[in-house]
Parts: sequence; structure tokens; C-alpha cells
Amino acid sequence: MSFINYMAREINCKLVYYGPGLCGKTTNLQYIYERTNPDHKGKMISLATETERTLFFDFLPLSLGEIRGFKTRFHLYTVPGQVFYDASRKLILKGVDGVIFVADSQIERMEANEESLENLRTNLAEQGYSLEKLPFVIQYNKRDLPNVASSDELRQMLNKGNVPDFDAVARTGVGVFDTLKAVAKLVLTELRKGSGG
Amino acid sequence: MVNPQMVMYEEEFNLIQTVVDRLVRDANAKVVFIVDKNGQLISASGDIDNVDTTSLASLTAGNIAATGGMAKLLKEQEFATQFHEGEKANIHIQLVGNRVILVVIFDSKSSLGLVRLRVKKASEELNHVFESLLKKVAEPGADSPFSEISDEDIDNLFND
Repeated sequence: MSFINYMAREINCKLVYYGPGLCGKTTNLQYIYERTNPDHKGKMISLATETERTLFFDFLPLSLGEIRGFKTRFHLYTVPGQVFYDASRKLILKGVDGVIFVADSQIERMEANEESLENLRTNLAEQGYSLEKLPFVIQYNKRDLPNVASSDELRQMLNKGNVPDFDAVARTGVGVFDTLKAVAKLVLTELRKGSGG
Repeated sequence: MVNPQMVMYEEEFNLIQTVVDRLVRDANAKVVFIVDKNGQLISASGDIDNVDTTSLASLTAGNIAATGGMAKLLKEQEFATQFHEGEKANIHIQLVGNRVILVVIFDSKSSLGLVRLRVKKASEELNHVFESLLKKVAEPGADSPFSEISDEDIDNLFND
């Protein structure tokens, strides 16, 4: 649910990075944070365990510039990927305007990817959303590792709706901004339709 | 979609800002701000240059969401009020009309009793404003200013 503030001439949108544990959601945010001009970003907040696993969420506010006199601001969130944090994941999806699914390309994580995608569908449905109607992109992360499935295999398995998808190595930044831009564009296009998030 | 779009107009914004400004004075607070349940900052007043309101807004919403989740598990409607006491700063969080969150940060110049009293009155006023705002947003003809944006406008955002 985007928030249009006529007084401040601002439009605020919420993007959520979803995906299985250790797929690289936080790494995506960290890279964006490191590479963004300080004027265009706020503080990055990570609610993580002592072993740096996401406990509740990471949060990064970004401003992208103006559109027709309105400042566009995106709030980026990640969910905790570990299976048992499902209650927290549901909370973070509330009011979401766009979703990025980060898949782990390693062959041994295929099942975890499918499970997480299914979990995303279920959690969205509980709130009356459907993945088909929401701005949605997929990122195949960790392409630099040796034991990865091919992009085609991943696409067949995870991208049945044929949404925009990107190969990525979040650690070094490959594909990170392409993914973000793609979902941001979809969100803004959705706004144009005036469907109201 | 299930959620109506949150829109803020000048008229309602000014009404809200008046309530928030007054609450800072009446409650002897350091900072008062209002956040929607998704973590978007709506209004702030007081010594806001020294606090990161954007981060606080997102964390407050996360906090309210987590508490709401606990309430649900205990078959409660909600836990509408939270209070966190620090050595110097205290934070009082109040859910208003199950829609927005009113946050008051105060120090030893004020007291929990005073803050609670003033928050109660401010909550009622805010509730009225948000109710009328929601009605306005639901009215037909409230067009999005983005209905006319072009692909080019969107592309231009990313030309960096």
C-alpha cells in the first residue's frame, strides 16, 4: 500500500525481499546501502541474531528522485528466511507494494527455493494479495558458485508467471540494482494505473 | 487489493500537525510522531533534528506488528499501548483507531501519567481526522496524481 503525501509531495512505497535462509536478501540491501549516495539513503537497520542471521527484518529507506514534482521514496525490507520465523515474515508483508524473490542458485537449495516461494504465496494470500497481481521480480543469486543450477532450470522451476528475472552475485553487486530498478518500475507503473496498491 | 491507498491531503495534514504540535507542549515531550501501521512516517514534531524519525517509524511499526501478532495468539484484539522506560528517554506508543501509531518520546521533564492523559485526548482527535481522511480517499474522483506519468518519467528516475 503506497502512501501519497500531497502535503510533503512525496510518494512512499514498500518493497520486500523474500527468499529462503541464506539466499542473500540482506546482502542485496547491504550492497545497495554501500553504493548509494548518502543524500539518497537513510540508515540501514538490521534486526539480527548474534550470528548475523536476520531475526525480524532489515530496513533501508531510499529516495529515487522526483516524478512529476513528487519525491519517490522506497522502503526496502527483508524478511527472515529461516523456516521457523514464519510469523515474522507475515508481519513484514503487510502493506507491501512490490516483492523481490531472491533464489539461491545452488542445486542443493532448490527445494528450499520452492518451499519459500510457496510460503510467499500462502502468506500473501492470507492477506488477500496474490502474487500474480503484485509487482514481482525474481533474482537468481550466487551465480558465481560452482554447484549452481542453470538459469533456465531455475526459471522453469520458479518463474512460471514469466516475471522479470535476473542473474546476480549480490556479494559483488552483479544484478542487484537491475533487480531493484525492475521492481521499482513495476510499482510505479502500477501506481499509474491508479489501482491504489 | 485489500488495503485502500493511504493518501494525505493538505487539510488533514494541517489538522494532524496541529494535534501533534500541541501534544509536544501539553505532554512536555521531546518528540511526538505519527506512523502508519506499515512504517510510513506521517507527521512529526518537537526536537526532530536529533532523532532518526524514518528508522524509528519503521521500528515502531515492526514493534506494533509483533505485539499485534502476540495479541492474536492470545485471542486478544490488540495491545493498544506500549511503554518503554530508559535511563534518560522513555517512549510511549499508542495505537490509534487500529490505523496509525502515535509515539511520544519524553524524559524526566514529563511523567508517564501526564503523557498518558494527553495521549488519550490527542488519540480521540486524531481518530476523527483519520476517519474523515479515509472517507475522502474512498470518494470517487480522488484521482492519483500518477495516472499521467509516462514510461519516460519512470525511466528518467533511473538515469544515474
